[in-house]
Amino acid sequence: MTRTVQLHQIASARSGDKGADANVGIWADDDRTFDFLRETLTEERVAAHFSRLCKGGVTRYELPNLKALNFILHDSLDGGGAASLRTDAQGKTLASGLLHMTVEAPDDLTVR
Amino acid sequence: MTEQQRTVAIGNGQGFWGDSSRGPVQLVRGGGIDYLTMDFLAEVTMSIMQKMRSRDPDLGYATDFVTQLEQILPECIDRGIRVVANAGGVNPDACAAKVAEVIDRLGLKATVATVAGDDILDQLPTLAAAGHPLENLNTGEPLAEHVNRVQSANVYLGAFPIAEALAAGADIVITGRVTDPSLTLAPLIHEFGWTEADLDKLAAGTVAGHILECGTQSTGGNYDRWRDVPDLANIGYPLVEVDESGDFVVTKKSDTGGLVDVGTVTAQLLYELGEPTTYLTPDVVADFTSIQLEQVGKDRVRVTGVTGREATASYKVSVSMTDGWKTTAQLTVGGPDAVDKARVTADILFARLAEEGVTFDEADRLVEVIGSNVLYDGMLGSEAAEPTEVVLRVAVRSQDRAAVNRLGAELASLLTSGPPGLTGFAGGRPKASEIIGYWPALIDKSVVTSDVAIQEARA
Repeated sequence: MTRTVQLHQIASARSGDKGADANVGIWADDDRTFDFLRETLTEERVAAHFSRLCKGGVTRYELPNLKALNFILHDSLDGGGAASLRTDAQGKTLASGLLHMTVEAPDDLTVR
Repeated sequence: MTEQQRTVAIGNGQGFWGDSSRGPVQLVRGGGIDYLTMDFLAEVTMSIMQKMRSRDPDLGYATDFVTQLEQILPECIDRGIRVVANAGGVNPDACAAKVAEVIDRLGLKATVATVAGDDILDQLPTLAAAGHPLENLNTGEPLAEHVNRVQSANVYLGAFPIAEALAAGADIVITGRVTDPSLTLAPLIHEFGWTEADLDKLAAGTVAGHILECGTQSTGGNYDRWRDVPDLANIGYPLVEVDESGDFVVTKKSDTGGLVDVGTVTAQLLYELGEPTTYLTPDVVADFTSIQLEQVGKDRVRVTGVTGREATASYKVSVSMTDGWKTTAQLTVGGPDAVDKARVTADILFARLAEEGVTFDEADRLVEVIGSNVLYDGMLGSEAAEPTEVVLRVAVRSQDRAAVNRLGAELASLLTSGPPGLTGFAGGRPKASEIIGYWPALIDKSVVTSDVAIQEARA
């Protein structure tokens, strides 16, 4: 059985800038939730979620030791740093943006 | 049993230039640390400092450092707390001279050292001639065609020159551009006698530095579970207690607010992270997939297992260059149809500018109606209910400074000649500010020489 949740109910995240790219790290508190994130948050799904902001595709890295995934959102800051015209030129709010994603999660995952 | 292992405690009281002065005061007051680090530099900071120095040869460093040092230095000297800061920016000597004045004024005795050699601006022509093209890491383009726009050029130095300054007896080390984690790694190299071959230890010290470098981002600041973080108003700055093996505990002082748990440390480990197995510094390549975290007490997280590989043969170089002009204009729009009125207002603004021949490429103009799902464009599914007020934010950029300034000049009249419910024009016309572009490159380590100088001991 599954239920509909937003990622912020089961995970936490932090984002920042790397030049004109941004990174979003997301992590779980327990192994089952991490496995679910690993299955669900493919590069394609995250790229689709950020499609209007991220122009250069998404690369995913895994950090099982931290129950974490790290996404690089290539060319997602309108040039980044001083050049960007965006309010969030440094991608500070993209972590919160990922946590807005709605997913169908197993109903025995811990939800907060 | 052997005696309890010696640990070295390092606290970071400053995460960037503009951070609160509460950090250094809190960490030094009452002792409990052996070293205080202070991180002032970001990519864009160096070019700002370069501009300051071009206007005044005695500027070009983090002036906050001098005022903060004045507050804490007597207790630092009293307790033997040594200070390591990258406050030198593009002018470590000028920073050291100001610090010497503080030492004299307070009647203290302290030895100041500078670490420089990172500034290669004057060497760019020689380097280009010698076959170092400083190609842009993202585009592969050589720097030569853009050299007339360059504002600053700095190598990211590592921890060993700072350790050298500490070994020479410095109480205060002021550096130019060094990697952020090297401020933390250097005292560990000095205290434990680590060498270039101690790769796992160097990696552990680098991870410790990464956890510290943004100050309170590892102690409950900017943290999703903010409702669970006690007393954010009095948030504690982070410190690490490191033993000779490189294992360490992340914590904060017990009389402070905030939180140190596996979550807050994980959050900071992921901050600005690229490929996790390959965290590059001039000293080591650290593997963030090797890090093990364990809660070992209230506000205490133990970090073990860190591994590292040999550093590469290159230093990273950060070149900054002028890249045109930009400005941002804002108005607040209230009442019925606030979002539509904001969009129409922006259209009117651009139409009036176009009428006098001032146009901007589509990619160089941005209209954000803040309050209407700007930050999460496309992510939230169905749009939120019509807001009762929004902020219209218009931004443009151009190589033409005058064109950018025209936007600010046309803003105010919209209050009397646009849709109703516009307000919030304050603080005068927004002016064009120069865009400083950032050009990342690599340079062979063999052509860079770090320069450690002990300034005179002050008595």
